[in-house]
Amino acid sequence: MNKMVSKEKTELIIKKLRERYGDDVLKDLEKGNELSLDIVIRTLSNVLFDEKEQLITLGNKTQKRNFFSIDQARKFMQTLIVADACQDLVKSGKTTSIRSLYYNTKHTIGDSKENTFEDQIESDPIIEDIEVSIGALREELHLRANSKGVMIGNLTIEDSGDEIDLRKMGSGGWAIPSIVEADIIKFKKCDAKFILFIEKDTVWGRFNEDKFWKKHNCMIIHGGGQPPRGVRRLLRRMHDELKLPIYVLVDNDPWGFYIYSVVKQGSINLAYESVRMAVPGAKFIGLSSFDQDKYNLPKEVTIKLNEGDKKRIKEILNYKWFHKKSWRDELNHMVKKGVKLELEALSVKDISFITDTYLPEKIAKKEWLE
Amino acid sequence: MAEYKAVAISEFFEKNKHLLGFDSPTKALITILKEAVDNSLDACEEADILPHIIVKIKNTEKDIFQLSVEDNGPGIEEKYVKDVFGKLLFGSKFKSLGEAGMQSRGQQGIGISASILYSQLTTGEPASIESKVKNKIHYSCKLHIDTSENVPVLEDEKKLETVKDHGTKITMKLKGLYRKTKGPYDYLKYTAIANPHAQLIFVNPEGKKIIFKRVTDKLPKKPKKVAPHPHGVELGTLMKMMARTNSKTVQSFLMNDFSKVGSIGAKDICKLSKLDPHTRPNAVTRDKSSDLMEAMQQVKLQRPPTDCLSPIGEDNIIKGLNKEYNADFVAACTRPVAVYNSIPFQVEVGLVYSKELPSDKQITLIRFANKVPLFYQQSECGIYKAVAKTQWKRYGLSQPGGSLPVGPMVILVDVESVWVPFISEGKQAIASYDEIIKEVKLGLLDIGRKLGSYLSAEQRKYAKERRMKIFDRYSEEVAQSISNLTGKNKEYIMTLIKKEVVKRNE
Repeated sequence: MNKMVSKEKTELIIKKLRERYGDDVLKDLEKGNELSLDIVIRTLSNVLFDEKEQLITLGNKTQKRNFFSIDQARKFMQTLIVADACQDLVKSGKTTSIRSLYYNTKHTIGDSKENTFEDQIESDPIIEDIEVSIGALREELHLRANSKGVMIGNLTIEDSGDEIDLRKMGSGGWAIPSIVEADIIKFKKCDAKFILFIEKDTVWGRFNEDKFWKKHNCMIIHGGGQPPRGVRRLLRRMHDELKLPIYVLVDNDPWGFYIYSVVKQGSINLAYESVRMAVPGAKFIGLSSFDQDKYNLPKEVTIKLNEGDKKRIKEILNYKWFHKKSWRDELNHMVKKGVKLELEALSVKDISFITDTYLPEKIAKKEWLE
Repeated sequence: MAEYKAVAISEFFEKNKHLLGFDSPTKALITILKEAVDNSLDACEEADILPHIIVKIKNTEKDIFQLSVEDNGPGIEEKYVKDVFGKLLFGSKFKSLGEAGMQSRGQQGIGISASILYSQLTTGEPASIESKVKNKIHYSCKLHIDTSENVPVLEDEKKLETVKDHGTKITMKLKGLYRKTKGPYDYLKYTAIANPHAQLIFVNPEGKKIIFKRVTDKLPKKPKKVAPHPHGVELGTLMKMMARTNSKTVQSFLMNDFSKVGSIGAKDICKLSKLDPHTRPNAVTRDKSSDLMEAMQQVKLQRPPTDCLSPIGEDNIIKGLNKEYNADFVAACTRPVAVYNSIPFQVEVGLVYSKELPSDKQITLIRFANKVPLFYQQSECGIYKAVAKTQWKRYGLSQPGGSLPVGPMVILVDVESVWVPFISEGKQAIASYDEIIKEVKLGLLDIGRKLGSYLSAEQRKYAKERRMKIFDRYSEEVAQSISNLTGKNKEYIMTLIKKEVVKRNE
């Protein structure tokens, strides 16, 4: 693993961490200046939509994190602790999960009852702050997210030197690691013609059991709900390097639709990673808000939209990257009908309706959104 | 009073124990202590002497206590000893509303003679009296009351060799009960607070000497004697006054024997009551007296005089509270003179906030009437009601529904008046007149505001301390991280951070 980042790059990361969180801070301290860090804001207020590239990108707005301000002091301290731990990690050449970094940096402060971190929820965003600040990728900091997401299909890869035939992965499939850069994952023989990205593992199981990937000569991937970085990065690499089109299959609700948007355009929180992870060419294949009528799905397989769903739809419609008419039609129609549909609802026709009929028809008729 | 003479005085006494303050052994000891101390304080002040009073309580037998109170007052001449100590239920103590009066402690008591009688009835022993008037002999005697004749009897009169300049000492032996809290000690402590010009020395039954120090050499302003105001007079009093007056006509009676009545006022009253102004006062019939009284209430007159009261004063309340409590914060407020039922009165309030007092208990309320502590019937007292009705939450204290606030605090309230309205003869609770409650509340509002700003300043101080603690804690971590990242010495970085933290939190 320690070969994944070049020695040069490693030296640069160490230098950046030391300068930004060590030398600069100490200089301010010696001059009697404010002890503050500029943190790039990673919320909606600092997210832009690049119309040309069709990507969500991060703006330049920053905020100060000042040690001498009582309500920011704790976060300031945490930032330095994480920076220190990252530097150690990079120096040691080991990688670790963000969860183990949390435990690594967690301890009781002095003789108080307060801990440096009370929960991983506190340390994770600080890692992201540091990534953005020093322009380092997570893997360059030697950190891994928890991996989730599985792939199977007509492709042979090499993972950390081991050749893996993704056609022979049984019922479980190959677990996509958190770090999928070219020095870890290499693409070998590829026969697949497209990629089907599926929201849920259960539905992915249906596709695998029905050998959909074999019949239709493709890759099937799921991300266990909102896909993690590794999955998104891998989709992007396969799209770029293997020139495979990507179809996204999600539940018909605002959450599913938003997963499509994340895969295609990027997310707010990781807006700075869109360039590496978003796939602007990704196509939305289903479930569409119009499918209920189109496929004569009975009313009883629909679920009434709850307040949370309605609120989320409203929110999404306000995003700058949700101005395409076809997308708005989907969401507006969902509101109009007042119901949502799970992928599994198609089983009312037949358990394999989704793999035998629904998907092949959609692809053949080019019934997708972009 | 004449009719009481016929009854055996001891019998009268037995029947009226509760009114006289002898209904329990605990109360009896305090009542007698109070009578003796009040007499000493009043005597000293009348003679412009800074009081120096020594109180000794000894437990001679199981439930028998010997109490002695010695003062440096003007002393009592031999020939007046019988009158001063022996006249039971007589003299100025029982003046009623409307008669010429003066604010004094004594009006709240039953008189020292009743105390002597109680001692005598419970132990069979006479009181010992020693007194010295300046340039006169120092003598001593024993005094008991002949209960069949209701007259004082002196025995064992002696001349004493002495160096004493002036003063009086009385010693009584009585049946009582000494309580450590809410007993003689607290009584003297509260008295000391309201009378910071007095030096009180207390030797308790364990032989321990406690000194309540004098903290001011200024005697309180002497109260003036005032004639009653027509607006407050009652029929019985009016008739008694008319029977006793030296004035020859009703008009001159009204002008001479009342305050704020001029010739126009007097004529108006007579006209309204259809009474000839030249009528002799003792010739006015009962019915006519009633008309006269009604007219007196209706005629417009100047307000009662207000210079007849002698407040403790804000400075002295603060001094008094400060010396008896280890105070973190003290405030006081002397309200202007106000009037209820035409009677002038004045309210004073004080407050002590001390971290040494329990913070999770209700505050201690100490009530006074004319600087005399009120010990019993707290919840029936108008003072208590005013404190409980005040919204203490806005000043940063909790207050369980409609009662005293909770906090490490003592609140003092003194009501001064020529005639303090007690709810009963026990004279331990002040009646809840709207005007009195209003004045107490206004006083509390004033000290409450002062307390509120003190507490919020305290809170800011506390917040600062808390902030400094947080910075201290985080500084260690930050210094360690910077040291790890830069390779510089941690102690050096720590010193820099500490300096900045202190600088920025000044």
